[in-house]
Amino acid sequence: MSHVRVRDLAVVLETRTVLSGVGFEVRGGDWLAVIGANGAGKSTLLRALAGVLPCSGEVLIDDTPVRRLRARDRARLLAYAPQAPALPVDMTVFDYALLGRTPYIPYLGRESRRDREVTASVLERLDLSSFASRTLGHLSGGERQRVVLARALAQQAPVLLLDEPTTALDLGHQQQVLELLDRLRLADGLTVVTTLHDLSLAGQYADSMMLIAGGRVAASGAPAEVLTERLIGEHFDARVRVGTGAGGRPEVHLERP
Amino acid sequence: MADLSRPSGAGRTSASPTDPPPPTTGRGDAASAAAPVSDAGRDAAASVVAPSPDADTAGRGAVTAGVPVRRAAGARPLASLAASGVLLAAMLAALLIGAADIPPGKVALQLLDWLPFVSADSGLAPVEQGLLAEIRLPRVLLGAIVGGLLAIAGAGYQGVFRNPLADPYLLGAAAGAGLMTTMAIVFMKGDETALPIPAAAFAGAIGGVLLAYALGNVAGRGGGTATLVLAGVAVSSFLTAIQTFLQQLRVDELQRIYAWILGDVGGGWSQIALVAPYAVVSVVIMLLHGRLLDVLSVGDDEAVSLGLNVARVRLVVLLAASLATAAAVAVSGLIGFVGIVVPHVVRRLAGGSYRTVLPLSLIGGAAFLVLADLIARTVLAPAELPIGVVTAFVGAPFFIAVLRVTRRVET
Repeated sequence: MSHVRVRDLAVVLETRTVLSGVGFEVRGGDWLAVIGANGAGKSTLLRALAGVLPCSGEVLIDDTPVRRLRARDRARLLAYAPQAPALPVDMTVFDYALLGRTPYIPYLGRESRRDREVTASVLERLDLSSFASRTLGHLSGGERQRVVLARALAQQAPVLLLDEPTTALDLGHQQQVLELLDRLRLADGLTVVTTLHDLSLAGQYADSMMLIAGGRVAASGAPAEVLTERLIGEHFDARVRVGTGAGGRPEVHLERP
Repeated sequence: MADLSRPSGAGRTSASPTDPPPPTTGRGDAASAAAPVSDAGRDAAASVVAPSPDADTAGRGAVTAGVPVRRAAGARPLASLAASGVLLAAMLAALLIGAADIPPGKVALQLLDWLPFVSADSGLAPVEQGLLAEIRLPRVLLGAIVGGLLAIAGAGYQGVFRNPLADPYLLGAAAGAGLMTTMAIVFMKGDETALPIPAAAFAGAIGGVLLAYALGNVAGRGGGTATLVLAGVAVSSFLTAIQTFLQQLRVDELQRIYAWILGDVGGGWSQIALVAPYAVVSVVIMLLHGRLLDVLSVGDDEAVSLGLNVARVRLVVLLAASLATAAAVAVSGLIGFVGIVVPHVVRRLAGGSYRTVLPLSLIGGAAFLVLADLIARTVLAPAELPIGVVTAFVGAPFFIAVLRVTRRVET
């Protein structure tokens, strides 16, 4: 299980500082939920961790400095799925999931039997085997999210970075995807970092949470420490009531002003 | 939902994920071996395949036969075979039929006679044999080469720009070649054959693309493709404006300029020799990048997060596709429609993976242009239609028909 440690991470786009002084730790096998208002820098943080955006600071996975790795080696440690993944309508589910094997395939080479085996077994695990030769244009929202997850799992990286994995899903499918993600990480010992805009959902699944505001870490800790009426009121400009739900996890309810 | 009770087929041991994948032993294989069982129930024709010949040549882990694993895109032997059959039939038809009144049966015998180790008496006069060898045969071959180059270049551009409207002329190749050729015709006196039109067209095409690329890089930071496309539009308009102006200055040359623009694949063996080296290099480079264009198709962010050097892949494919375009333009003029339509027809009929689209576009584009040229030189024989007119006139209804037959729900 891979321990993630980030110190003094900063992202400057053009001349604008989007993130600065971000530091946090995720224990191996834990689930960190990153929350924050729109534009706070959540997606930027994940993209920087995934190597998509240039950043400064230190990102360590089990003491390996990720920023100094070759892109291929980094991709074997960190799998990333953006908020709105581009899904080419003509591509089959199998071929899409197989893209997750890219870091293992030589530059101009082609996938090995093992790459195909890994992909096939990931699809099987996610109950997607019967979809394998279907094209991405013919999937429902919930199926798409599972296919994106399959691609990330085929990457066999110990750390998953998922940007809003439940966007555009209805209530039931949100729950199914997060349950699936939770079981997968427990079974495989994956370390998971997600952004989630639904605070109650985030509070139910995450082991720890981090609130980002204005490009900085405003609060972090156990869900009950981060999801407080005061912090949410201050950083989301929202009036909420925070109750306690099952397992002592906080539940956030919107209140009309 | 997923059954998590079975051991993870992903087989990742948590100890050291950076290690190379272990050989196919151990707990991961329980699920791996089980996977193909459910595979077998699926669409049998397309999905379950014993080790394909391609897998064996991969040289990586493909040694042990026996575990059937679903084949990935790219290896589509049936489609390739069908496309090659169509190409061969088109070339044969184009060789047998022509403006000169030679019986097709005798042409067939003559072609057999030219095959190594085969002897057949066609009874053709030497003049007719010469016509066949020096005019019809090179014309068919050049048509195939140019069509294949334009179609694969179009597919490459579409992959690089992730834009279905991209065609080989998107970045100013056509405008550059048009300008330089017009300049050659207008400013260089001399008889028709002495004009260095292929060289001028080639230089113009490459120059146009490089100009667009340079401007796109200056104007847009971060390597996005939108600015590059816009730069291409600007460069094309600018160069075309100059070309139109020159054309207006010398109205007497108008017909020669238009004849070149509308295209012609009757250049003969010398033009084939001219285009061949560029064709081979650019085609090989593009075919090698099919899988990487598939990775690109999921978007820049994800491609980067998968460890791909997106900028490099883009530049290499762009250069190769532009080289192919310039080579084709140099020996045939500005033949439109092939580069945008053929890749889309291939996509509709054989799937969207670039590992399929690139090789099948090469073959399909060749067949398409050979047929277009056959029509161009026979319909009004002995007069000839410009081939660029035929490609659009015949190609557009054909494209609409394909779209209709394979119609789908847009999402």
